[in-house]
Amino acid sequence: MPEKDKKQGTNISRRNFLKGVGTGTVAATVAPSVLIGSEKAAEAQAGDAIANATIELNINGKSYQVEVEARTTLLTVLRDGIDTGGNNIDLTGAKLICDRGECGGCTVMVDGKSVYACMMLAIDAQGKQITTVEGLADGDDLHPVQEAFIQHDALMCGFCTPGFIVSSAALLNENANPTMEEIKVGLSGNTCRCGTYPFIFDAVKTASRKV
Amino acid sequence: MASWGEASESRLIGKRVTRLSGKDKVTGKAKYTFDINEPGMLYGRILRSETAHATVIGIDLSEAEALPGVKAVIPLIEVGNKLRYQGQEIAAVAAETDDIAKDAIRRIHVDLEELPHVVTEDDAMVEGAPQIREDWAGNQSEPNVREDGDINAGFDEAAVEVEATYHTPVQTHVCLETHGHVAKWEDEQNLTVWASTQGVFGVRNDFAQHFELPANQVRVITEHMGGGFGSKFGPGIEGRTAVELARITGKAVKLMLTRKAEHLVAGNRPSMTQQVRAGATSDGRLIAYDMKGYGTGGISSGAGFTGPYVYHVPNSRAERVNVAVNAGNQRAMRAPGHPQGAFAMDSLMDELAEKLGMDPVEFRRINDPNEVRQAQYTLGAQEIGWHRRNTVPGAGTSVKKRGMGVGSGQWGGGGGRGTEARVTINADGTVEAVTGTQDIGTGIRTVIAMIVAEEFGLETTDVRVKVGDSQPGLPSGGSGGSQTTPSVAPVIKTAAAAAKQKLFERIAPLLDAPVGDLRVGTGTIYVVSDRTKTITWKQATGQLGMESISEGGTWEEDLRQNGAAGTQFAEVEIDTQTGAIRVIKIVAVQDCGLAINRLTTESQVNGGVIMGLGQAILEERFMDPVTGRMLNANLEDYKVPGTLEIPEIKSIVFDTHRKVTGVGEPPCIPTPGAIANAVYNAIGVRIRSLPITPDKILDALAEKA
Ligand code: FES
Ligand code: FES
Repeated sequence: MPEKDKKQGTNISRRNFLKGVGTGTVAATVAPSVLIGSEKAAEAQAGDAIANATIELNINGKSYQVEVEARTTLLTVLRDGIDTGGNNIDLTGAKLICDRGECGGCTVMVDGKSVYACMMLAIDAQGKQITTVEGLADGDDLHPVQEAFIQHDALMCGFCTPGFIVSSAALLNENANPTMEEIKVGLSGNTCRCGTYPFIFDAVKTASRKV
Repeated sequence: MASWGEASESRLIGKRVTRLSGKDKVTGKAKYTFDINEPGMLYGRILRSETAHATVIGIDLSEAEALPGVKAVIPLIEVGNKLRYQGQEIAAVAAETDDIAKDAIRRIHVDLEELPHVVTEDDAMVEGAPQIREDWAGNQSEPNVREDGDINAGFDEAAVEVEATYHTPVQTHVCLETHGHVAKWEDEQNLTVWASTQGVFGVRNDFAQHFELPANQVRVITEHMGGGFGSKFGPGIEGRTAVELARITGKAVKLMLTRKAEHLVAGNRPSMTQQVRAGATSDGRLIAYDMKGYGTGGISSGAGFTGPYVYHVPNSRAERVNVAVNAGNQRAMRAPGHPQGAFAMDSLMDELAEKLGMDPVEFRRINDPNEVRQAQYTLGAQEIGWHRRNTVPGAGTSVKKRGMGVGSGQWGGGGGRGTEARVTINADGTVEAVTGTQDIGTGIRTVIAMIVAEEFGLETTDVRVKVGDSQPGLPSGGSGGSQTTPSVAPVIKTAAAAAKQKLFERIAPLLDAPVGDLRVGTGTIYVVSDRTKTITWKQATGQLGMESISEGGTWEEDLRQNGAAGTQFAEVEIDTQTGAIRVIKIVAVQDCGLAINRLTTESQVNGGVIMGLGQAILEERFMDPVTGRMLNANLEDYKVPGTLEIPEIKSIVFDTHRKVTGVGEPPCIPTPGAIANAVYNAIGVRIRSLPITPDKILDALAEKA
């Protein structure tokens, strides 16, 4: 990599870079030593060297061919996937927030039901209708849930919003007129750190009168 | 003197206006740093220490480098140096996919010589504890002492005294968009970085300095960002690493922290333990306050907290010490220091009031010199129905018991100089407002549009607002300290006023009227002395021909004011058999000065209350003394409020004047104290340590019985 360093224009060497990131030299005082070897266990879990497969996914009514590994999640395909024609799928509305089925930031609908896309393998989504937040509006006509979220300011930073929008739409699919308690339970799989909840509840109430 | 005018004359300012970014956010179109997909972009990841304290004796990158798809592997620490907390950076990779980057991280081999660690402040203060900071004897900073009056004389005068210890644990920010960047070198001397930051210009300057580039050749973009709460100012090691990986590979690199790293290294609210002795006179005056406190901000300092906070005590002494532990550094977190101090002080106030046989609100009225809060006590008490409160805490035999409590807070939020902005009127009638601030979710974009639209008689949607980009070279400060709106709004207002004046000068001859007689209507400009002389906005701007009007503004101090007082009342219900705590209602009376957008201001107040509620009943970083690791560095075991914890929240925007004051932070301050006092009122036993969880409630009830 030193050659590469030279090829680029600035004068930063790796050593300078290290200094800058705050790892200045501190003399090591030696205590009883434990040697931690290479992490064999972790290595054994590594999921690489797995054959790829080309699959077809139906997302927002459109068909996509993508090459995936067995471990590739639906969320990874939506956000980072490149179809076999070389185009970014680029459906970045769904977010990876907790990476373990806790926050709902990655919520999409699969056959009309809300699903955590971070917890579903892409290969398991074959043959199903996937709807992301990008696919909810009908052209310029927003879904009633989307309209109501804007109207009630049910969003601040908005990072959790796509997940809440899809969960709310899925909730209203199943229960067109939920009570406050049903709204809270229905959206309990989604987390918002900005604290928009009270206005989200209002928005879902408003939207429920329109769907 | 610049002014915002009378409320009765405002068409937009002070009203409820939906966010300009709303549509993009509800359709998934809003692009956050995390969403940037550049052609050929690589994915960066960082290998972090799982050991709390160790010396690095070897790093072997070769196996990672050999993995197909890996484009760069760099060390982030030198052999011989020490790792001082779990999560500290060891090495970084850039690879074609995120999964390959993950695989590569597992192929970096590190040999460490472990050193003794200590991860809780109480362990760190024990004699014989491992010395983890060479410059702090016993892992403790020099005490910071503040004295007022004569404390001994004060206690002599006291009729009642309370001695108690209050504790708040370390809390983490939990930004839903983790800290991260997408870095791309346009060529050897021009760098573009998308950054999830609260300070576009600060980040730009850091990169320019670090990578030895002229500042105007570094562009930092933050179109939307997913929460910061004080933790996202500098680029951090991860930001510089992303830029370095991009430099080495010649490709764009996206590097976002993992959820785990976000908890470990991206900042936290320091803990606080306060041992307090305080006294009051028989007529209810606070007379003496003596506090010794300590807390940890990790391996760094910064464990500040306030006391006796908003209440006036003539004789006081406060001594604070920072304790070092092997854990990630603290960063500013929404109203740094205040909620910790307010919780302790409001708990203490109630304990003293009870000894005096006085109503807690009455006791506050006597000791709180702030006039705004005096009015808020009345309003808040009415709203919650204070008269329904248990007169004898814990009275009754029912399983579920209810109680009410009150808490207070104070913040600055007056803004400051340093914002440059331009407001431009084009000949076709379009309007632009540009400044280098960033919208971190508070809605400043919409506020800017409202101010300009009000000035020009247009709608907010007619104004194109450009923020979150260092490129136009119109700097603004970081969004911290509740400073954004009071810093930006006056500059936008004066810029818009200047542009309007210029337009009036151009069209006055056409209307055959003196400039001073021109006014804006709704989409029109007319002559005040002869209303038949009216032209539309577009006719007016059409006079500009091939030109545009573009004006800057100044930070007029009369347009903003420092000081935001707040009071909250809480009602809770405790299940005395399970210890379950349910917050039923919070009334938040928040002084906002002039709330430019009432709707988004209410959102801010709700958000503050909810974060305060998390601190009160849910949030705590758990450290394992044996392994030195955080036990709940995820979103299952680190609990933040979810839908089921949300009470009825009555956010009262208490606007006391027509000057702008920032309110991002203050609404989270009074909540924990109010909830803690409500718990006491419900069950008659006091929990002096946050979060107030069922186990603590059951223990306290058992002890009482
Ligand atoms: S990212 Fe999928 S549930 Fe949190
Ligand atoms: S709006 Fe920011 S996390 Fe929900």
